[in-house]
Amino acid sequence: MKVGIVDYNSGNLRSVELALAHLGVDYLVSQNPRMLADADRLVFPGVGEARAAMSVLAELGLDDLIKNFAASGKPLLGICLGCQILMENSEERATKCLGIFPGEVRRFESKAGFKVPHMGWNQVFHKNRHPIFSGIPDGASFYFVHSYYVQCGDEPLEIAATDYVVPFTSGVAKENVVAFQFHPEKSGKHGLKLLENFFSISEF
Amino acid sequence: MLQKRIIICLDVRDGKTTKGVQFTGNVDIGDPVSMAREYYRQGVDELVFYDITASAEGRGIMIDVVRKVAEQIFIPFSVGGGIGSARDMREVLLAGAEKISINSQAVLKPHLIEEGASLFGSQCIVLGMDAKKDAEMPNGYRVVINGGRTSTDLDALEWAQTAESLGAGEIVLNSIDADGTKQGYELAVTRLISEQVGIPVVASGGAGEPRHLADVLTEGKADAALIASMVHYGQCTVPEIKTALRNMNIPVRPVD
Repeated sequence: MKVGIVDYNSGNLRSVELALAHLGVDYLVSQNPRMLADADRLVFPGVGEARAAMSVLAELGLDDLIKNFAASGKPLLGICLGCQILMENSEERATKCLGIFPGEVRRFESKAGFKVPHMGWNQVFHKNRHPIFSGIPDGASFYFVHSYYVQCGDEPLEIAATDYVVPFTSGVAKENVVAFQFHPEKSGKHGLKLLENFFSISEF
Repeated sequence: MLQKRIIICLDVRDGKTTKGVQFTGNVDIGDPVSMAREYYRQGVDELVFYDITASAEGRGIMIDVVRKVAEQIFIPFSVGGGIGSARDMREVLLAGAEKISINSQAVLKPHLIEEGASLFGSQCIVLGMDAKKDAEMPNGYRVVINGGRTSTDLDALEWAQTAESLGAGEIVLNSIDADGTKQGYELAVTRLISEQVGIPVVASGGAGEPRHLADVLTEGKADAALIASMVHYGQCTVPEIKTALRNMNIPVRPVD
């Protein structure tokens, strides 16, 4: 199995690479849509700002690649900004996103006692039972760093929820496409287990 | 709910973890890579490595340490010490660090914060700050640099707010007065700054027992607590600290 990691100059991909290497996954990091299209599974990470990310994706032809990959039935994993970009729209500089999932990305409102970014370990509660959480306890903590959050517009697609300022969608899945707001590659044992599950599930 | 982070700090000199008291006299206490692995196994939430070597040769050794740590531990960690350019930042990030901590260099070149935030994102730019009690300053604390050896004209609170507006994503606030004393964090300065900035504040300096962490995470309003000698000399383990904190009703991530 060959895994493609989408490189669109958005943040540091090193930690994703290192986690995959640790799991013994054969991966390639690329900006080339044709090379990535040949991968068996795709990881779409990213940290940064939505509008800038969308424009780089369009420039490199990676927006179509991600849409086509999602439609192909091959497994695709979105992480953090990657997860947000799979939604319809982001409030971050009013950005139209890829629309693979129905949902909106909003900025955390300021509230006393809540710092933004939401940075640190928070609990992830399972919803609509998904095999990617196999072996991971409900309410286990994962590492988050973000100032915008996802609100999935279709409840059955929400596979995880987390509470910070408001309850928000921390995991979504639709057939072969799964995405998380947190960073499994930085979330210790549970994060590695989740990645391992993504690579070992044969039928989504 | 969002849990309070326990962060372990390792000062690294020539590839060895070292520990000093109030920045005078350091002793080597072990290999940073194996210490990092052990703390990861114990369930620490995050790590910080400070390169206290001044030489170019030491810098290369540090990058090698970062690379080895990144290959083996899968939690966030930051690296600070001697980072003075965007190029230095990139080198550390590519070696696998999650965040970069800048302290004296940020005071000397504030545009570094802005440059780092725009190139790599605010989430990976940490302002390290050493504050010293000083009644002459508008808010009672003065920023000192070069490990406490050099005074600046900056008021600690004003500098924290400036750094936030320049794009810092987090502040590690070290009290020079409390550092190395094991008598507890400086709660007043931590609270002052944490309440006046919108970004997370990590308290540093003075931890000697779990009660001190509990105090700074509640009364001090810190988002995370940094510890070093408490764990380096085997006085406490991470699970012991977390259990003690949980018993004092502080939300912490359970050890897996």
